[in-house]
Amino acid sequence: MASLLPRIAAVLCLSGAPLWAEDIGDAERGATLFAQQCKACHQIGEGAVNRVGPQLNGIFGRKASSLEGFNYSRPMARMGADGLVWTLETLDAYIENPKALVSGTRMNYRGMKDPQARAALMAFLRDWSDRPQDIPESEPTALKTDPDLSAATLSIQGDPEYGEYLASECQTCHQTDGSDQGIPSITSWPAEDFVVAMHAYKQKLRPHPVMQMMASRLNDEEIAALAAYFATLEE
Amino acid sequence: MLTRRIFLGTGMAAGAFLTAPTVWGQAKPKVVVIGGGAGGATAARYLAKDSDGALEVTLVEANPIYTTCFFSNLYLGGFYDFENLQHGYDKLAGGGVTVINDMATAVDRAARTVTLAGGTVLPYDRLVLSPGIDFKDGSVPGWSADTHAEIMPHAYKAGPQTQLLKAQIEAMPQGGTFAMVAPPNPYRCPPGPYERISMVAHVLKEKNPTAKILVLDPKDKYSKQALFEEGWQRHYGTMVEWVGPDFGGNAVEVRPDTMEVVIDGDVTKVDVCNVIPGQMAGKIAAIAGVTDDSGWAPVDPASMKSKMDENTWVLGDSSAQGDMPKSGFSANSQAKVAAMAIRGELTGSKTFPAKYSNTCWSLIAPEDGVKVGASYEPTPEKIASVESFISATGEDAALRKATYEESLGWYAGITADMFG
Ligand SMILES: Cc1cc2nc3c(=O)[nH]c(=O)nc-3n(C[C@H](O)[C@H](O)[C@H](O)COP(=O)(O)OP(=O)(O)OC[C@H]3O[C@@H](n4cnc5c(N)ncnc54)[C@H](O)[C@@H]3O)c2cc1C
Ligand code: HEC
Ligand code: HEC
Repeated sequence: MASLLPRIAAVLCLSGAPLWAEDIGDAERGATLFAQQCKACHQIGEGAVNRVGPQLNGIFGRKASSLEGFNYSRPMARMGADGLVWTLETLDAYIENPKALVSGTRMNYRGMKDPQARAALMAFLRDWSDRPQDIPESEPTALKTDPDLSAATLSIQGDPEYGEYLASECQTCHQTDGSDQGIPSITSWPAEDFVVAMHAYKQKLRPHPVMQMMASRLNDEEIAALAAYFATLEE
Repeated sequence: MLTRRIFLGTGMAAGAFLTAPTVWGQAKPKVVVIGGGAGGATAARYLAKDSDGALEVTLVEANPIYTTCFFSNLYLGGFYDFENLQHGYDKLAGGGVTVINDMATAVDRAARTVTLAGGTVLPYDRLVLSPGIDFKDGSVPGWSADTHAEIMPHAYKAGPQTQLLKAQIEAMPQGGTFAMVAPPNPYRCPPGPYERISMVAHVLKEKNPTAKILVLDPKDKYSKQALFEEGWQRHYGTMVEWVGPDFGGNAVEVRPDTMEVVIDGDVTKVDVCNVIPGQMAGKIAAIAGVTDDSGWAPVDPASMKSKMDENTWVLGDSSAQGDMPKSGFSANSQAKVAAMAIRGELTGSKTFPAKYSNTCWSLIAPEDGVKVGASYEPTPEKIASVESFISATGEDAALRKATYEESLGWYAGITADMFG
């Protein structure tokens, strides 16, 4: 009997807990779209080479017009020199309407209007770019959950246990005993100052990339819970 | 479907219900953690700390002292003392974790027991495996970990191997050659080999400025590549030569007896050879039967629970989870999610959506630090990268110094978070 109890709890917790991040799109559908609309000009995958258009391996994070041995149009070469890098956003814009992003591009493609179809195509292309487990800085592979819209996180607002769990992530760098050996102490701050500082990172007013990333995934309630939790820690 | 609010309500009710067995005098649920490194020590500490005595937590670790791989490159470069890489388990023991210094040799998942080399048999309700890596035999022709690591060290599990490599670098003849056989993907710490090259170059620049460094790499691309290449050129001129797969970096054989490396048929004599072979999950993961053909252990992205066994969790380097690089930071981050999920199952405590993150700093030269980081969330298939950043090339010296100082703070922070 006793051994059954934990199992009941397990089922309850695990069926309720996952809050999935959103995939970029349906990569399988993307493969079909690629075959129909891009393959006539582009190759992707093992052994891909330039054809009418450049090969598209590693396109995420690649600078526009940066493949040696492919003769780009002058407008595309200029965009590359200006610093255009292919990311989810820039690729999406290019495929939606190539000439709107790079006026004068030699890519003779009318564009793909349906955002879901584009998302599927992006997911497929992403599979042939750097893997984050090997190159951590490579472009993301999923869309992060919007910190301000999730009903699940809203309903746990002000939960002290949640504050403690969230804080565990901070404690890899910020020490709970308040010591500062290269990373500032964040214990015993007035909650208000703490909240202001976190929002300044979230809005990218404070420049630090690690803290911008940490803050960008927290909603207002979560920041408040963290402020309350850290305020209670004594030095 | 349950809404979040209802779920939390029931979760708590179940929690209250669960205290009953203790009242009836039943034993506390037992968690056994194998491996006291970045993942295992963190998991044990958080399980004990957050369950307030409701769980019996046992940590099985082969060595009484843990030497961190992180910052072991800085030790090679003369920026960090060896003693400061070492950490004991006293505070964990004081924090309610039973620490056993022994090797786990067998896992019986049906009976839920772990057998140790010394003969002890430990029963468990939940098992956590965080055994780090082992080396794939035959990954570098001519080299095997058992027979050649004393001649051509890997120094990819920190400890005596790291000290040996440092001694060899310092004993190199003037104008000699240091070679590294870099590992194929996936391996622990993507920028690790290249940070090591930076540190070796720093030592040689001071002591042996005409020496050469050869990096033999099967990969055509690696993490922070532009930052390393810029830094090597700026600080070390032409000392570092990187040989990628196009020039034979993927066809390397070593000859420990004659201290030679053979690159695509060409024989080169070297003075030090650091072989970092292909890697797989720590052996106990395969013994426990939770690895797949890849040699790594697939896990549920929302909890780090093994996909092969509902009572087993796999953390850190050994796990196959998706986009997170194999790092100490990742292992520490995963351990907190796992500890929360395990407590949820065993004590009915609340569980929250998993959040993961990672940052890896690297030192290129004195006070020239760079970093790369990302945050991750689970999708049904994997832990997925959702945002990332990296230091830029051309940053000014003040920013690079601040980045280096931050890494010192991180080292102090994560080791306190692991060991108490
Ligand atoms: C040169 C180098 C530099 C690095 N730099 C960084 C860095 O700057 N930042 C970063 O985040 N990461 C870094 N890493 C990576 C980091 O060290 C690992 O990713 C991390 O230690 C993985 O944690 P883990 O818990 O999976 O394994 P480990 O920390 O390796 O712990 C595994 C433990 O399990 C024990 N063990 C294994 N099998 C058994 C058994 N059967 N019975 C008992 N005990 C067992 C081992 O003794 C070991 O103590 C670096 C690695 C290297 C090699
Ligand atoms: C009719 C041939 C053709 C089709 C169809 C086509 N492309 Fe192109 N593509 C090109 C050419 C030519 C270029 C080079 C553009 C230039 O230099 O201005 C190009 C450039 C690109 C680039 C920029 C590459 C770089 O190296 O900077 C991307 C990305 C791209 N195409 C994606 C796609 C995708 C995705 C599709 C399918 C939806 C597609 N293309 C369909 C011909 C085509
Ligand atoms: C990877 C390491 C790391 C993690 C994890 C981390 N921080 Fe930070 N934090 C830093 C660094 C470095 C700074 C200094 C940044 C700067 O110079 O602006 C900082 C600064 C701060 C500050 C401002 C301190 C001051 O004196 O101005 C606050 C507040 C803060 N962090 C809160 C948090 C919270 C809350 C979390 C967890 C959600 C967190 N941090 C996680 C590294 C980290």
